[in-house]
Amino acid sequence: MSVLGELRFLLRITRSHDIARRYFVVNGFDGALAMLGLTMGFYVSDEVALGTMLSACSGTAVALMMSGLSSAYISESAERQRELAELGQAMITDMDVSAHAKAARLVPVLVAGVNGLSPFIFAMFIISPFWLHELGVSIPLRPLEMSIGFAFASIFALGIFVGHVSQTFWLWSALRTLAVAALTALIILALKL
Amino acid sequence: MTQVKHITLDVLKPHHPTILELASAVAALAGDYHVSITVQTVDEKTESVLIAIDGTNIDMAALDETIRSLGASIHSVDKVQVVGGEP
Repeated sequence: MSVLGELRFLLRITRSHDIARRYFVVNGFDGALAMLGLTMGFYVSDEVALGTMLSACSGTAVALMMSGLSSAYISESAERQRELAELGQAMITDMDVSAHAKAARLVPVLVAGVNGLSPFIFAMFIISPFWLHELGVSIPLRPLEMSIGFAFASIFALGIFVGHVSQTFWLWSALRTLAVAALTALIILALKL
Repeated sequence: MTQVKHITLDVLKPHHPTILELASAVAALAGDYHVSITVQTVDEKTESVLIAIDGTNIDMAALDETIRSLGASIHSVDKVQVVGGEP
């Protein structure tokens, strides 16, 4: 069995597909919304240096990744070990050499990876205009406005994904997540007034 | 040299992997294995199944290892068919 095939098998026997997918959406949404909050904050503040924005957003992205990695690993490890112990009791046998024991070791790593990388990747995509500007690449809008646009686009894309998962109309689902983003932006704008 | 042609095992397994996955893993051990699994009883976390395997020369050690690796355990060997060979 290939490595990918084995991972799929381990995810299937532990029914972890759903958990990984949920973590991807929940923490990806957290990452995108946190970046939207930061960039909107900079937008209403005016006169924030690009370097400061880049450092603040990158730092937040790394913190979200580390938080996602560690929290998911700790909680998933505990859950898998408990499930393995319960299964061992039901089977009245040592499960150490079984695929279930392997899954109890590997699945938390995989789920933690999804949980940590999801917000990081979304955040990096959202702040990519800052990086591009720093590298001297020509972009059609100011980096900050473009980042805010990317944040809305990311949240809209997550909504489409959620619609696909729930097998509902994708546009309705995407508009709902977009409404959350718009409300967040409006609250930040209102706080400035 | 004797050859095991048929074996029926009473196996306790978790609900996952499914009997289809278990049968596929056992069948993959040799190109000529014919595997049939019948569920006997289902409990909250486990199920008892009867695994019947036909082949030209069934390797019991490999069979045991594969079943264990999938989290299942052999309770008993319920039936065997063995043919004798030249001494």
